[in-house]
Amino acid sequence: MATEQSPKVSTPRDIRKEERAQRKAQRQGADAAPERKLEQVIIIGGGIAGMEATKQLLSLGYRPVLVEKEDHLGGHVASWNRLFPDMGDAQAIISTLREEIMDATIYLSTEISFCNRLRDGYNVMLSNGVNVLARAILMSTGFTLFPAAKKEEYGYGVYDRVITNADLENWFNGGDDHRIPSSPKAVGFVHCVGSRDLKAGNPQCSKVCCITAIKQAIEVKEKFPEAEVYCFYMDLRLFGKKYEDFYIRAQRDFGIHFIRGRVSEVSETINGSVQVKAEDTLSGRPIKVVLDMLVLMAGIVNNPDNAGIAKQLSLETDTDGFLRSADNILSITESPRKGIFLAGACTGAKTVPETVAEARSAALSIHNYLKNLQ
Amino acid sequence: MNFGFSLSPSSAVNLDKIDLSLYHKMEEIEPDVRICIGCGSCSATCTGQPFSGMSLRKVILAIQRGRENEAREMLSGCMLCGKCTMVCPRGINTRHLILSMCRYWDGEDHGYNLMNEVEVKI
Repeated sequence: MATEQSPKVSTPRDIRKEERAQRKAQRQGADAAPERKLEQVIIIGGGIAGMEATKQLLSLGYRPVLVEKEDHLGGHVASWNRLFPDMGDAQAIISTLREEIMDATIYLSTEISFCNRLRDGYNVMLSNGVNVLARAILMSTGFTLFPAAKKEEYGYGVYDRVITNADLENWFNGGDDHRIPSSPKAVGFVHCVGSRDLKAGNPQCSKVCCITAIKQAIEVKEKFPEAEVYCFYMDLRLFGKKYEDFYIRAQRDFGIHFIRGRVSEVSETINGSVQVKAEDTLSGRPIKVVLDMLVLMAGIVNNPDNAGIAKQLSLETDTDGFLRSADNILSITESPRKGIFLAGACTGAKTVPETVAEARSAALSIHNYLKNLQ
Repeated sequence: MNFGFSLSPSSAVNLDKIDLSLYHKMEEIEPDVRICIGCGSCSATCTGQPFSGMSLRKVILAIQRGRENEAREMLSGCMLCGKCTMVCPRGINTRHLILSMCRYWDGEDHGYNLMNEVEVKI
């Protein structure tokens, strides 16, 4: 029999299991004997990037200190409902990650008061009075959504039937929103709101809005099968795994109308609906339609909170407004400053799986950096 | 008095007012028409296009925008060679679509006949 012929070989899984047991013993030992302390790593920002990096650093044998300004973990993903491409539950992702980082030190509702550079590390003072010394810092400070009201011609905050992608997700999550009609006959989505818009201050593509618009258009159609749903786009950038399948489904199974042309203006009709005007660039004619609800796909821009921390850590901003990596091909997760690492959307728009992969990569970069210091 | 200008009817498409019954008929005949992405490869490969202005991309769009007459005018330039079917990246059976639409119109007896105008123009 096979088991008799081959001697017992340790599989990578067995090795990992042993290591985990060793580390656990080590940690328990550390409680008893304070001189055997695990190395601390500060992680700024408790979104999915910060959470995933925390998880990886824990398993690599460090003591991550996760600092989050909000009173909950999960960042933007925590307020999302379902995620493309498989309509997975966003909350489930957050709870899984949260469970996996139970052993880490996590400070919620805490900000960075100041940080200064020491000879071989950083001294970070938190707003809760805790002082953390660490040789490595991970910036996972994320992004903010473009403030849609800045595009005045779309009427966000002016007209009652104009909402954003984030508002719609909040409503999908069971939130109350008086702006969403009970049985809309026509719903529109405007792609690239504050993205690829030099004048609005963000020439970059936000990457995720095309697929988010298609996802949300399908969800709207599922909730309101009678409604005509229009997507106004400049280009459809469906680069990711199964995104194109999503697009085909939206067209074939849900009859969603895709109109190539940027909405030029939105105005309110006498009964409170909104009329949008655009150029139907494929036919070369102006097009207009009255909608009961208009969803603006607000893009991803740099988190303004980054500026303060970046200044104290002497981090630079790249030409796209996001934090600058040491190299945009080989060292995206490393900053030009020794001991400071970057993960997730603080360096630019990213999808959830891209962010998670980058967080893992950053944890490994930190591990290698600290190992080489010794 | 003539000031040298006059009003012409608006060329704007008003999606609230257009009649989409023909588009729905087309969807019924060939449901794959829904997945057209307007790439234009059908038009680029079209044998009749340089002579008749036939463009299947524009025909589909015109029907989606409720402009039936334009669509019929263009479609009458089709010679049913089927090259558009070969190049369509979404695999739409365009030849079947065109033939079925022409048959549908013929059934209405509007006097439109496949290929009759092409012969004149060539």
